[in-house]
Amino acid sequence: MKNYLLLNLSILYWIFIAPFKGQFFKIAPIFRQMVFIGVRAAPMVALTAFSVGVTLAMQAAHSLESLGAQIYIPDLVMLTLLREMGPVLIAVIVIGRSGSAVAAELGTMKVSEEIEALEVMAINPVQYLVVPRVFAMLVMLPALTIFGNYIGILGGWAVCRYALDFNTAGYVLRALESAETWDLYSGMIKSVVFAWLIITIACNAGLNVEGGAEGVGQSTTASVVESLLAMLVMNAILTGIFFFSA
Amino acid sequence: MNANGETIIEVNHLVRRFGDRAVLDDISFNVHRGDTLVIMGGSGCGKSTLLRHMIGSMKPTSGSVKLFGEEVTGMSEREIERVRLRFGMLFQSGALLASLTVGENVALPLLQHTDKSPDQIEEIVKQKLQMVGLTGFEDLRPDEISGGMKKRVGLARALALDPELLFSDEPTSGLDPIMTAVVDELTLNLTKGTHMTAVVVSHDMTSAFRIATRMIMLGHGSIVAQGTPDEIRNSPNPEVQQFIHGKPDGPIPLNLSQDEHEHHQYVKPRPFAWARGRFHGRTR
Ligand SMILES: Nc1ncnc2c1ncn2[C@@H]1O[C@H](COP(=O)(O)OP(=O)(O)OP(=O)(O)O)[C@@H](O)[C@H]1O
Ligand SMILES: [Mg+2]
Repeated sequence: MKNYLLLNLSILYWIFIAPFKGQFFKIAPIFRQMVFIGVRAAPMVALTAFSVGVTLAMQAAHSLESLGAQIYIPDLVMLTLLREMGPVLIAVIVIGRSGSAVAAELGTMKVSEEIEALEVMAINPVQYLVVPRVFAMLVMLPALTIFGNYIGILGGWAVCRYALDFNTAGYVLRALESAETWDLYSGMIKSVVFAWLIITIACNAGLNVEGGAEGVGQSTTASVVESLLAMLVMNAILTGIFFFSA
Repeated sequence: MNANGETIIEVNHLVRRFGDRAVLDDISFNVHRGDTLVIMGGSGCGKSTLLRHMIGSMKPTSGSVKLFGEEVTGMSEREIERVRLRFGMLFQSGALLASLTVGENVALPLLQHTDKSPDQIEEIVKQKLQMVGLTGFEDLRPDEISGGMKKRVGLARALALDPELLFSDEPTSGLDPIMTAVVDELTLNLTKGTHMTAVVVSHDMTSAFRIATRMIMLGHGSIVAQGTPDEIRNSPNPEVQQFIHGKPDGPIPLNLSQDEHEHHQYVKPRPFAWARGRFHGRTR
């Protein structure tokens, strides 16, 4: 826990203070990490989001039919995706795919003395390894979330258009009418917060691996579980703040 | 040899314990500019650990280490980075970054710490790799080259910033006799030509006597013998004689039993060791 807090302070230092002391972060490694963390996760995100959109629409159709309120299906798909399912499910995918990969990669570097070698070359591992990953995650998770939201809405549309009595225009209008910009923004804020949690937990796990390949495995698993828990608890807290306190 | 030269490294009463076991127990010595200090000793006697304390990546239990006249043991990360720019280190494993190519590994310190143009950096990388006999290997990845080649890339990387001081942990282990001679020659040229100071851990006695101006032999956590190569060669100490001539029998114990080994070795307590014991008991 102490390590984790120190890592957070150190990341904040390298992002907010070091640039004003003339130590700018380099752009190229950030893009490399964006491809690795984000772009490669896109197909999985798309599949997940589409399935969720389809499922939501079918469940909504089933429940709302008895009330004669099928017209509200797009509302339900849209709001659930934007506010909850989008940020949370896409974070789950990114934890499983990218968070674990980062933890394993840094962990392997730790046990093979690469981190120590960086330090001895007077290269700060937080600056060199962690900060590009933090930036990449902070950009890519919200981007993937928006992308996933679109695909999810597309899934809902597929059900409404082909299995129910909606036409495309009706679905789109209804969906747009139901959502406010705040629904989108709240989801974005969530996914930025999740991004920070996921990447800092993964990096911390990697940098603190002890004891060989076995240690890398244990740390990676632990980081996935911790990220999931932290993300879900944080989601409940944020939902409470955004939608329950007002 | 250079006893009057500037003192580059001062190690004073260095003690390091892992658990109850003192791996380094009251070690003191000095290294002067232009010297090549060779550290010898049996496998597991603490040579790499001593090196790690000298480069400030491990903190001693007690005692002091001064590099270039500055105490490094209490330094903050920021301060120690300044000192680290002045020396290079070759790790026993090479410790190359697996995600970068050979060329990028050597270029890394130059990219991070100098304002040189990409062309200049490429030129320097070529030249350093040539010094260690690896011309044309720039674009391979560390997992595509042999162990001995990794060592040499590590050496090229350690020399990238033309350091005043070089630490190398077994630079010649895993190299053939010719490559060993090339690396030794390189060390000699650098120490003679540019007054670089070198601290080299070595098991290879031919190589050690070829490059050393001073030697230290470690054993049971302390310094068994130290002096010039001639003093070591003529040392009356039977442990030293056994070691430099590689004799199987002598005062250095050879086959430690598990018990003796555990006695010498700090073994990290394993969680649930009792449970594991039971489990094995039941299944077998
Ligand atoms: N982080 C650590 N935790 C516990 N014990 C350690 C640690 N690092 C080293 N040791 C112990 O210190 C002793 C010396 O290790 P070191 O790596 O310095 O040996 P060495 O002299 O370099 O051996 P070799 O010639 O095989 O490289 C070993 O017995 C090892 O068990
Ligand atoms: Mg060693």
